[in-house]
Amino acid sequence: MQKIRFARGLSDYQIKMAFIMPTLILLILMNIFPLLWSLYLSFHRYKASIPNRLPKFIGVRNYAQLLSDPEIWEYFQTTAYFVVLAVAAQFIIGFGLALLLNRNFRYKGFVTTLILLPMMLSPVVVGLFWRFILASDASGLVNYFLIPLLNALNRDSIPWTTSPSMAMIAVVIVDTWMWSPFMMLISLAGLSAVPKYLYEAADVDRASGWFKFRRITLPLVSPLLLIALLFRTMDAFKMFDIVYVLTHEGGPGTATETVAMNLYRLAFRSYNTGKACAMAYILLIVIVALSNIYVKYLNRLREA
Amino acid sequence: MKKSFNYLFVLAIGTLIMLPHSSNAQKPLTVVWAEWAPADYLDELSKDFTAETGIEVKVVQIPWGSFQEKISAAFVGKSNLYDIVIGDSQWLGRNSVGGHYIELTEWMEENIDVSSISDTAMTAFAEYPKGSKEYWALPAEVDINGFMYRKDLFEDANEQAAFKAKYGYELAPPKSYKELRDIAEFFTRGPDLYGIAAYFSKEYDSITMGFQQVMWSYGGSYGDPQTYKVDGYINNEDSVKALEYYAQLIKFAPPDAPNYYWQQVLDAYKAGKVAMAMEYFAFFAGAIDPEQNPKYYDKTGFFIAPKGPKGHYISIGGQGMSISSYSENIPVAKQYMKWFIQKDVQKKWALLGGFTPHTEVLQSETFLNATPFNRAFSESMPYLKDFWAVPEYADLLEVCQTNWNAVMVGAKLPKAALDQIARKHEQIFEEAGYYDQ
Repeated sequence: MQKIRFARGLSDYQIKMAFIMPTLILLILMNIFPLLWSLYLSFHRYKASIPNRLPKFIGVRNYAQLLSDPEIWEYFQTTAYFVVLAVAAQFIIGFGLALLLNRNFRYKGFVTTLILLPMMLSPVVVGLFWRFILASDASGLVNYFLIPLLNALNRDSIPWTTSPSMAMIAVVIVDTWMWSPFMMLISLAGLSAVPKYLYEAADVDRASGWFKFRRITLPLVSPLLLIALLFRTMDAFKMFDIVYVLTHEGGPGTATETVAMNLYRLAFRSYNTGKACAMAYILLIVIVALSNIYVKYLNRLREA
Repeated sequence: MKKSFNYLFVLAIGTLIMLPHSSNAQKPLTVVWAEWAPADYLDELSKDFTAETGIEVKVVQIPWGSFQEKISAAFVGKSNLYDIVIGDSQWLGRNSVGGHYIELTEWMEENIDVSSISDTAMTAFAEYPKGSKEYWALPAEVDINGFMYRKDLFEDANEQAAFKAKYGYELAPPKSYKELRDIAEFFTRGPDLYGIAAYFSKEYDSITMGFQQVMWSYGGSYGDPQTYKVDGYINNEDSVKALEYYAQLIKFAPPDAPNYYWQQVLDAYKAGKVAMAMEYFAFFAGAIDPEQNPKYYDKTGFFIAPKGPKGHYISIGGQGMSISSYSENIPVAKQYMKWFIQKDVQKKWALLGGFTPHTEVLQSETFLNATPFNRAFSESMPYLKDFWAVPEYADLLEVCQTNWNAVMVGAKLPKAALDQIARKHEQIFEEAGYYDQ
């Protein structure tokens, strides 16, 4: 009886709020507060490891120091280089695989599941076993199989993770192995949604395969492809785990030192909390700007 | 009936929850250390403490790769998870200034015979600021950078003759860095055998621990410890020569050497890939263990780090025992530390394989003959030197690691790397206010 009275006493708005509040409170505590607190700290000199030294307001000095540091720009360049190479490779391989799988054949489900396996693994596990596969001496699986060829060419084993010029290629290979299936999955979803009658109509008009791909497949799949590209770009920009494990914390030297790797160093090695927060905000702004470009292009595609 | 059952149920649960709090049982003492053999020895040793006092001691081991991060995260979160932290010497500044370690000066004066502990160990593992006689830790494990070598190769008559013919002097464990380089070059016959494995990696403090002893022995230094000026010290001519020398050594190491730290060095040595290997003394036990090193356990010799043209310095490793400020077991932690440093306990610690800081035990024949490498350990003691132990040590270390590793892989020239380190170190000191006074 009491319960009925309690329920009757609440307006629709209050009931709505009662449902929303737990999520809202959780969101404020877990997302909004840390976001604002880190913004506050980014304008202060503060080390979380020395809590008895209170944050000291220094204005935009953290941002100015980071943006005027040539090393930070080098890490941004390294990250951009990685993003372009990895996302392009994943796009080409993923979309190619989707085109191959977008037809009926025996064991299609099994083959698709097998291809999807890498993206289900933990990046740390992937980094660790690729570390063994790409070891720079003959103990590495790739070098082991290449030894007869390398010997014939009078060449040393390939220094996958120990040469500055090869290390980034190694990281791109591993990331592509892991995330091309994601690109394939989204592309496959897009391809299977293309109405069959469009191809039938094109067949009646004796359209070539290339024409059908360019005028039917690509325009209809591209919104989904753009979303996949957006996700992968955002994710690749934050590359940390594979670099941490595979190339021993962004080595050799700074060859694979991505912005996220450097952010980790600032935050959890040096405990330079104020500067790390500023760096995180710079990274956030870059990712939001990049995403906006994608979203604008996506909207334009939809309007077309 | 149902109501009384509910009351009974609530009462039972309540009693269960209250039980641990109302019990008088002594809370176990939690000691945290990195995951390695000395932590196993401490676990074994602590059983004697439990037998004497009835207090259980839990030795928590954290893998080296995440040791620093986990301890720092626990301190930042003011966690009472650990009572005693056995931390690196460089941590002293950050954890004392940060309020994470309790100060032990008065307690040590009253309870510990400081004169029985090696001065080098007290300065490196206990004191901050250096020379202040303020103590934050009790030296626990003194570790030093040493070398091991393949006796079967060094004692082979053909090798000896070929070496003498090429270099003009006898093949023997090197006494200088020039000899070390010659021997490393001589045994480099890739892809199956290389001259040397040393610390070259960017991970944690790897290349810094390997290179800094060369830099000091060549006459270089990190800077002036009084003024914190770095420019003109770390990038002077001597430091440049030292770095050029160290970059030469990597040419006589296996192809994956840019990623080598103690684990990879030990693996390379046990696999028979190298004739000589730089390694911390605490890991030498693995090289003479027939199970861990079946091929070369009886063919392994040891020597102390060589001297350079302008001196003889060796990197200190090892750790001291500190009490966490967030511990709820401080009196027991102090009781344990007082027990640990007793001479008899230190004797057993040394026999188990620990490197004692107790001077008398350290100089005893029992210790010197306990392992084939203890004599080299003892010989190394007078030459020990450490990295900066200031609260900003981690920032300083990161800069060294990145730049020196870049030189090893040919991505930077030695002079450019050292100039960059000097600039960054001074920037770190300036930001931290060292130049304000």
